Amino acid sequence: MNKTLKWSNIYLVVVFAILYAPIVYLMVYSFNSGGTMHSFEGFTLEWYSEVFSDTRLLIIVLNTFVIALLSAAISTILGVIGALAIRHVRRRHSRNALMSFNNVLIVSPDVIIGASFLILFTMIGIRLGFTSVLLSHIAFSVPIVVLMVLPKLQEMSPSLIDAARDLGASSFDVLTKVVLPFIKPGIFAGFFMALTYSLDDFAVTFFVTGNGFSTLSVEIYSRARQGVSLSINALSTLLFLFTIVLVIGYYFINRRNSRPAAKEGGR
Amino acid sequence: MVNRTRNLYLVPYITWIALFVVAPIVLIVYYSFFDVEGQFTLGNYVKFFTPVYMKMTLSSFWYALLITVFSLLVAYPTAYLLTRTKHKQLWLLLIILPSWINLLLKAYAFIGLFGTYGFANAVLEMVGIGTQQILFTDFSFIFVSVYIFIPFMVLPIYNALEELNPSLVYASRDLGASSWTTFRRVIFPLTIDGVKAGCQAVFIPALSLFMITRLIAGNRVITLGTAIEQHFLVTQDWGMGATIAVFLIIAMAIIMILTGNRR
Repeated sequence: MNKTLKWSNIYLVVVFAILYAPIVYLMVYSFNSGGTMHSFEGFTLEWYSEVFSDTRLLIIVLNTFVIALLSAAISTILGVIGALAIRHVRRRHSRNALMSFNNVLIVSPDVIIGASFLILFTMIGIRLGFTSVLLSHIAFSVPIVVLMVLPKLQEMSPSLIDAARDLGASSFDVLTKVVLPFIKPGIFAGFFMALTYSLDDFAVTFFVTGNGFSTLSVEIYSRARQGVSLSINALSTLLFLFTIVLVIGYYFINRRNSRPAAKEGGR
Repeated sequence: MVNRTRNLYLVPYITWIALFVVAPIVLIVYYSFFDVEGQFTLGNYVKFFTPVYMKMTLSSFWYALLITVFSLLVAYPTAYLLTRTKHKQLWLLLIILPSWINLLLKAYAFIGLFGTYGFANAVLEMVGIGTQQILFTDFSFIFVSVYIFIPFMVLPIYNALEELNPSLVYASRDLGASSWTTFRRVIFPLTIDGVKAGCQAVFIPALSLFMITRLIAGNRVITLGTAIEQHFLVTQDWGMGATIAVFLIIAMAIIMILTGNRR
């Protein structure tokens, strides 16, 4: 018994080591004065100062965040509306059809989403750049928000709405004072997921960026193709720390929101 | 009144579906009937069935299959062992955390790890095997892909294992089944939905990987995804790219049907 426990621990340790090795590797070499990703020569912050003095890169970082925040906000609104729409549809058939359409973009490979959006934007006549990237990020984030919000809506008992109506609430009041507060955890989860999807996306963005516009993923790709440069390491370390902060934030929001719900459930 | 609010919600959502779900698919199919000069043709479909493209499709499926199998082999024991740890939620979060880090950065890290003077070669040197060409090989391509997909395989299997009623396992052990028999006859069949979901989440993206083939496999591996990207962004032959995309969509649909849960 003890022996199997030991083996299983070793297995897990190996898996974790492999999962984190590249990340640690990137971070460690971001401090290497040698300028390569092998043979560590000495500690330096040179690469970090290079990142912060690279105006082009900083503009790209800014672009990435603007796109992420805007697309997450807009897709959250659209997604909530979508979830409400799906819930309002009474007929099972139509509801399932809507759900299937909703899931198409989630299961589609990025390459197909990217290529088809490229055709779409060219056909409509939208210039490739900020607008096309923003629109495509909104497009692929909406279904995720719907999937996050819908379970919360289904949890909500219909008598809650009936009660509000009986007490004289208008449709608008019901929405803003009863429904939206109830599904708030789902909305937050959807927003965060949309944010991380947008920050992480490469393939779709790669297809719909024009010449003048770039996001971090696309920029890292083009730099990485030219070979190793430690400013990418420095940048990735900063991004990693940011991701951790985001995840911790998400975790706490989730916990704060789920605690009262758990209490209610236990009653 | 209820009807009106329903329509109010439906309008923006249906517009989104029409514009970003239906229209792109229709456009892909439409474009697959045009050649580079913009003439209507069935030539793209004829071209797809020539040995060059058939070979590419087959190798793409082969690589995706290998990636899925290896991910499963690593992820199943991981998920299983995770369910037995004390702080399993925390460990699960730690497994998923790397999937939140930009894909490009992880691929880039492997350029350093697998490079001629990288960490992997330093280890090989130490054990006495000597420096090998690791980057730009099939091995590195599959390794990095598996690395990237592991969290997506672990998560559904973990969830399936969590739902498994432990008394079924105890019962099987009480009735004299060995650990292996219990696993093969009880645990695995009961978690097959998680395995299917995981395979789905790995196989379809693995068919269409393109940045990893470029960065890690050095253009030696060409998948359907690489070919689509090539046709759309390099040779500008949108028709052929769209044709490959049509077949990828069909393949995807078949996989979804085969691995889908029948309800």
